[in-house]
Amino acid sequence: MKFLKFLIVGVIFGIVMAKSEAFSWYRIQEMFRFQSFHMYGIIGTAVVLGVLGVALIKKYKIRDFAGNTILFHPKDKAYPRYIIGGTLFGLGWALSGACPGPMVVNIGYGYLPFIIVFLFAALGTFLYGIIKDKLPH
Amino acid sequence: MIEFITQPWSWWFSGIIISAIMFTMLYFGQSFGFSSNLRTICSIAGAGKMVKFFDFNWRSQLWNIVFLIGAIIGGFIANQFLSNDEPVKISKATIETLSQYGFEAPKGAQPDELFTWEAVFTLKGFLVLAIGGLLVGFGARYAGGCTSGHAISGLSDLQIPSLVAVIGFFLGGLIMTYFIFPLIF
Repeated sequence: MKFLKFLIVGVIFGIVMAKSEAFSWYRIQEMFRFQSFHMYGIIGTAVVLGVLGVALIKKYKIRDFAGNTILFHPKDKAYPRYIIGGTLFGLGWALSGACPGPMVVNIGYGYLPFIIVFLFAALGTFLYGIIKDKLPH
Repeated sequence: MIEFITQPWSWWFSGIIISAIMFTMLYFGQSFGFSSNLRTICSIAGAGKMVKFFDFNWRSQLWNIVFLIGAIIGGFIANQFLSNDEPVKISKATIETLSQYGFEAPKGAQPDELFTWEAVFTLKGFLVLAIGGLLVGFGARYAGGCTSGHAISGLSDLQIPSLVAVIGFFLGGLIMTYFIFPLIF
C-alpha cells in the first residue's frame, strides 16, 4: 500500500502528458522548429513554479510526509557528460518524438509501436552501463 | 466541465500540474526523474550479473517503477475517458513543413508514417524507432537524467549541470531536426 501514492501520481503524470499533447511526436517537431509556444509554455511554467517552490522549501526547511527535511543534492560538476550525453539524448528525442516518460504514456494510450522505442531505450541504457568507464565524464 | 477536460489542456494548466507532480514526489520523500527506471529495468532483467553499473538493490527503486506503471494507466485513461479524438492542434507552419517530408496532417496524436505496425515492419520505420530509442536511453543515463530529472527537477533547483544538459538536449534536437531529419525523410 505504501506504493499506492506513487501509482496515483504516475496516473496523473500520464494523463497530463497525453492531455497537454506533450507526448505527441508532432509537438516535439513543432518545438524544435520553434513554430509554437506550446511546449515552451508547459516546460517554462513548470520550471518557474519549480524555482519558486524549491526556494521556499529551502528557506523554510519544509519537511516531507515522514518528517524529514527535504534535501537537494547538487549534481557532480563533471560537464562533458552533461553536454555529450545531453546531445545524444536530444538527437533521439527529436527522432522518436518522446522522452522516456511519454514513451510509456503512449503505450498506455494505445500507440503500441512505442514498446519498441522503449525497449531500445532500455537497451541504450544497458550499452551505456557496459562502456561507461571508457567514456569521458 | 466535461468539455474542459476532454479538449486539449492549455500549456499553463499542464505546466502547473507538472510542477505539482514534482513537489508531490518531493513531499513523498523521492524525486521526479523518470529515466532512472531504464537502469532499474536493466537491473531487474539481471544485467547486474554482467555489468557492475546494474548491480544495485533495485527494490529501493520500486516506487519509481510503480510511478511508471501509473503513467501507462494514465495514458490509457486519457485515451478511453478523457479524449475527444481530435487530432493534435499543432501549428499550420508545422503541418506545412512536415508535409514537405511526406507527413500527412495529424489524424491523432502520432503520425501513421511512424507509429503503425505497417510502418514498423519496414526497415526504415524500424530503424527510426530503434535508433531514436537507443539514443534516448543511452544519452539519458550518460547525462544523468532526462527531461524530468534535468529540465524540470534540476532547473527548479538552479543546477548548472542540469542547464548544461538541457542545452545538450536542444543542441541534439536541433541537429536532428535541421541536419539529419532531411537526410532520412
